[in-house]
Amino acid sequence: MPDSAIVANGLTKRFGDVEALCGVDLEVPTASVFALLGPNGAGKTTTVRILATLLRADGGTATVGGYDVARQQKQVRAHIGLSGQYAAVNEALTGEENLEMVGRLYRMRRPAARKRALELLERFELTDAARRPVKTYSGGMRRRLDLAAALVARPPVVFLDEPTTGLDPRSRLGMWDTIERLVGRGATVLLTTQYLEEADRLAANVAVIDRGGVIAEGSPTELKSRVGGERVEVTTSTREGAPDAAQALQAIADGEVQVDPEAATVTVPVRGGSRSLMDAVRLLDASSVDVADISLRRPTLDDVFLSLTGHAAEESEEQGEEVPA
Amino acid sequence: MSAASGSLRSRTYWALSDAWVVTKYNLIAVPRVPELLVFLTIQPILFVVLFRYVFGGAIDTPGLSYVNFLIPGIIVQTVAFGGITTGIGLAEDLQKGVIDRLRSLPMARFALLAGRTVADIARNMFSIVLMVLVGIIVGFSFQDTDVAKVVAGVLLLLLFGFAFSWIAALIGLSVPNAEVAQSAGFIWLFPLTFASSAFVPVDSMPDWLQAFAEVNPVTVTVNAVRELWLGAPAGNDILWSVLWSLGLIAIFAPLATLRYRRTSRA
Repeated sequence: MPDSAIVANGLTKRFGDVEALCGVDLEVPTASVFALLGPNGAGKTTTVRILATLLRADGGTATVGGYDVARQQKQVRAHIGLSGQYAAVNEALTGEENLEMVGRLYRMRRPAARKRALELLERFELTDAARRPVKTYSGGMRRRLDLAAALVARPPVVFLDEPTTGLDPRSRLGMWDTIERLVGRGATVLLTTQYLEEADRLAANVAVIDRGGVIAEGSPTELKSRVGGERVEVTTSTREGAPDAAQALQAIADGEVQVDPEAATVTVPVRGGSRSLMDAVRLLDASSVDVADISLRRPTLDDVFLSLTGHAAEESEEQGEEVPA
Repeated sequence: MSAASGSLRSRTYWALSDAWVVTKYNLIAVPRVPELLVFLTIQPILFVVLFRYVFGGAIDTPGLSYVNFLIPGIIVQTVAFGGITTGIGLAEDLQKGVIDRLRSLPMARFALLAGRTVADIARNMFSIVLMVLVGIIVGFSFQDTDVAKVVAGVLLLLLFGFAFSWIAALIGLSVPNAEVAQSAGFIWLFPLTFASSAFVPVDSMPDWLQAFAEVNPVTVTVNAVRELWLGAPAGNDILWSVLWSLGLIAIFAPLATLRYRRTSRA
């Protein structure tokens, strides 16, 4: 296995008039979790589909496990596991049968496929439901089964396309645990997500993707440091109060103070931690600004996204990742 | 995973093994899908009984009793419709991402379609036996025939059904969802199966329709089965039926496979 399990250089893809990818470069170190973070329609799924040999790039090259995704498709496929946005399992078959079938299609012998199916059902806490048709499963159970199916052949590289989209918070936490254990085993995981929290929690490296291109890359910590440090956020009781608050807080600002008159919020970059918060309260009090809310915020990936793209991660939600055939 | 590459022999072995795996799990699923069970059992029984008793007295079929005339016709119609399960199944798989999952496996590309269409053969076999049995209960009997000819008739029917499964496969892979696959799969089969010799003698139709019905693959297959099972002379229709089926397979199997390879959906 090469040092980088996944390498992509200048991937481009166009669907009719839509430029889905305009030169995506990625390098994913072996045995690490890498998150492709971006809103719907950013090109995350298209990138995964190209890397998983489901789609051909118009331009650029990519290798997975050292194999060329365009020229060595069979080798790539024998090397990867894919779990998509939907539970890609047969509703009429039981959990056990679904996993066995996938094992057989990975060309495992029947006893081996069976054994592996039982192992995975146990690991994903599906043993009790193993002999029930999948149509009786809950959403979370289906997704677990789908992930299990991706792991049947113990693939060194696993693609997880939005593994927790649509899951309730409890199932999401369970999924995160599973993904963490996966990596403990030495697998390379490329996951796509719209949830900044998810990337932050799981990934060693994050590529922020927007409108078909990677706009930033690095560890969650590196990305956070790009937006600068902490900030004090103040919401004033009236819209008119916001500029006054901004004025008052200039004294403790470590950079430009941002005012959002619509939301009546003021954001002040600071350095002193909770000390700055107390200073801010004092300054606001002294200038008689009516404050509805005040807090010290440490940067999140949300802030990274906002500062990199100029729009919030959720903004382009309706565009949809759906692409024509 | 040593099978990723290899000799032609091992590739062929694995391709067949993959197709068999898909077939097997498709068949396992059949008894668990109520809609499919109804489609496979109750519908054919209803058709045999209804057509037998509703039209039986009104339609004049020289040389054959209506029930004998009807059974080959209605079985051909049923196997022609049988492929729709493949079409709907593929459309569903596409929608739900099952096809993406399968396309990301190191399995043979043609195995999914082959497995589905071969599963249709097994289902059609079931329908044929069931309809013959129900037919016998309502008065059908084989005439001027022997076991070899009866079996030849069954094989002809299965080949015909297999050809229609590939058409349905192409439709299923080309439409946006299972509902459309269902209606698109059904709609053209009604004129095709009714404007044929399946239910009424072709010479009772207006001239323009006769011209169509004469060359209709449904007609030639129905006539061929009538010859094999009932000794009703059908000229070269056995040969024509085989040629039609092989021709349809030769066109639609590659088209469906190509469509499958190119398929990509979110």
